[in-house]
Amino acid sequence: MGIVTHLAKTLDETAKENGLIRIGSVTLQVGEVSGIITDMFEDCWDYFKVRYPVIKDSKLILEQVPAVTWCDSCKKEYETVKYGRQCPYCHSAETWLLRGNECIIKEIEAEGGQD
Amino acid sequence: MKTIELNASVTASNDADADAIRMEMKAKGTLLVNLMSSPGSGKTTLLSRIIKDLKDEKKIGVMEADIASDVDAIRVEEAGARSIQAHTDGMCHMDAGMTRRAMEAMGTEELDLVFLENVGNLICPAEFDTGAGKNIMILSVPEGDDKPLKYPLMFEKSDALVITKMDTKGYFDFDLAKCTERVKRLNENIEIFPVSAKTGEGMNELEAWLSDQVSQWKA
Repeated sequence: MGIVTHLAKTLDETAKENGLIRIGSVTLQVGEVSGIITDMFEDCWDYFKVRYPVIKDSKLILEQVPAVTWCDSCKKEYETVKYGRQCPYCHSAETWLLRGNECIIKEIEAEGGQD
Repeated sequence: MKTIELNASVTASNDADADAIRMEMKAKGTLLVNLMSSPGSGKTTLLSRIIKDLKDEKKIGVMEADIASDVDAIRVEEAGARSIQAHTDGMCHMDAGMTRRAMEAMGTEELDLVFLENVGNLICPAEFDTGAGKNIMILSVPEGDDKPLKYPLMFEKSDALVITKMDTKGYFDFDLAKCTERVKRLNENIEIFPVSAKTGEGMNELEAWLSDQVSQWKA
């Protein structure tokens, strides 16, 4: 919920800075292991967006980014969700999450502002 | 309708704000400590005890973040600290902007140590950097030793874990060794302090660590 309120605030500020009148859609890239539960996120979005006129009719588009872990011991990549922290190839625990923890505003569709 | 590419992390503006706060506080020599926990973990009781024990050697300020009410601010003021109640207006966490406004309202001049008592919640506060120099998480014995499995991010982001209400350990199935192992797997550098603010158990170690952090921050 914290992320949603912050997103709404950020978009409202972006709109003011760029003179945007209306934001039609927002595309977010959400990591598979970011802890964001997409249908709850959408419900929260519908609840919060009405507080800001510029985004009150915005559509939220969520794109999932698959989580990938890097194994430092055998220098291979693997699917995080399937195998967890231990490398499926060499069973090392010296592994780091490469992708999948992010929440990025990829793009917005908007009216107004300068080209 | 046109498409504008942003490619910015949702928390990017907050992160930049938080970094600015950390630099300003470092220059002033005031350590900001963000305290995070569930509701009812004993944050205010622990803080009151720390303030009473350290108030002669350190000037301490406390910002109590609450959705409403000022009962906590009154309690820490009675213990001997400068304090302010920061209402989050229904928000479930403090972000860098709110932290800055609260510090400005309270005044942090000449303070050595400022505690931010974040909203009782183990999820959202972990996602928003407040600009604190150190993050401390509080876990109380009755909550159980499996909390690290349920809220991993909070444990990953914290510099220290304080396990409170150790005096009640006999009444709950709380396995300190198991809890420590689970926490260390998420964050191998975290310091763990099992304490009881009521009996005083473990308080010396925690307070010595805090004093040390303040000295290092001022160095």
